[in-house]
Amino acid sequence: MLKYRIIPCLDVKNGRVVKGINFIDLKDAGDPVEQAKIYSDGGADEICFLDITASHENRDTIYEVVKKTSKECFVPLTVGGGIRSVEDINKLLNCGADKVSINTAAVENSKVVIDSSKKFGSQCIVVAIDAKKNGDKWEVFTHGGRNNSGIDALEYAKQMEKNGAGELLVTSMDRDGTQAGYDIELMSKISSKVNIPIIASGGVGNLDHLVDGIKLGKASAVLAASIFHYGKHSVKEAKDYLDSKGIPVRI
Amino acid sequence: MKVTIVDYNSGNISSVINSFKEVAKDKVNIEVTSDLNKIKLSDKVVLPGQGSFKSCVEALNNIDGLKETLNEFVMTNKKPLLGICVGLQMFADVGYEETETKGLGWISGKVSKIDNQGGKFKLPHIGWNQINIVKDSKIFKDIENNSHMYFVHSYEFVPVDKKVVSATTDYSSNIVCSVEKENIFGTQFHPEKSDKLGLKIIENFIKI
Repeated sequence: MLKYRIIPCLDVKNGRVVKGINFIDLKDAGDPVEQAKIYSDGGADEICFLDITASHENRDTIYEVVKKTSKECFVPLTVGGGIRSVEDINKLLNCGADKVSINTAAVENSKVVIDSSKKFGSQCIVVAIDAKKNGDKWEVFTHGGRNNSGIDALEYAKQMEKNGAGELLVTSMDRDGTQAGYDIELMSKISSKVNIPIIASGGVGNLDHLVDGIKLGKASAVLAASIFHYGKHSVKEAKDYLDSKGIPVRI
Repeated sequence: MKVTIVDYNSGNISSVINSFKEVAKDKVNIEVTSDLNKIKLSDKVVLPGQGSFKSCVEALNNIDGLKETLNEFVMTNKKPLLGICVGLQMFADVGYEETETKGLGWISGKVSKIDNQGGKFKLPHIGWNQINIVKDSKIFKDIENNSHMYFVHSYEFVPVDKKVVSATTDYSSNIVCSVEKENIFGTQFHPEKSDKLGLKIIENFIKI
């Protein structure tokens, strides 16, 4: 039986983790490689890096991070943030990323998703949808949530499936950072609309939220950042909890 | 000992290279190449594959003499080869992804889309699933039945002779996820992404 996945996400800036695990026995709390290794040893089903490096000159730092991580972690590694072109994707895959997550570029230029999924296969193309509720619909935002594209998130999700996305990473901007739980309605609506797996993201504050994301939100995988940071919960605890609620996980 | 990973522009093979190098350490020479002579001189060959059946077969055919060299390596010299994902699927006579495409024909059978029961099961089949080991395979030494492996695919290999099947996985139906026929080995899942157990399978293959 296929298991539901738990994916811890690390924010990386200029090659350093800015939000991450803060264990006292950590040699270097800012080292993404060491943190990724802790997650994968702890049973993380995949690892996600979100590159939030702002300046263009420092963009290359993520390539070094991916190179080193992929030599030590043998679970799938997804990298997102700042991907603009098929060439950016090519570079990340060559460094050892298994999947890339495309956000703004997928909205601005549909060819990026179409061309890259043809060239590298849908299995490595994740489209990240940042959605915010407006009345009775959700709109897609770009540029790290700064720009409203006005595009309907459900229609967009369907279009991205057609364009060749292998998975959708759906983040509720209303919930992100609130620790109030996923936007269940958004997740379940998108999941019912498409036939590809969706990864729920944005708003996890406790382990019950992960359960809800899967049971009510119909997500195939749940992504979380802050609950795994600073040692609030380990991936192992999360998996044991899901297991106790009857959700199949890899233990 | 020399193990060659065939680099034929079949998509992203960095993870395959990293995992084999991790297992091999300095004891085994891991070569990544499409050089026909180097392949001929190898003790073992790894055939990765990502993307579609059609694109992988085309990429293989684009390198002059590669198909013939692999044929000779496997069918005449009977040396061990491990196909991963589409690398395994290409063992078939024919694949139906995008359009009907001829495979290598090493193990009789076809590659067709997973029957997702009218949308009941999402495709691609992505994530960790358990393998049901149905026959002893050299690559499963010290691998327990029902171990988790990482999958990502929408198409499945359906061999004519079920005796070649060494493991299946349950996703809408029993999907063939590993084969062994004499010197030919294949996994539909990705051992290079299946954590410690995946590395163990790679080690088993290197040690054959």
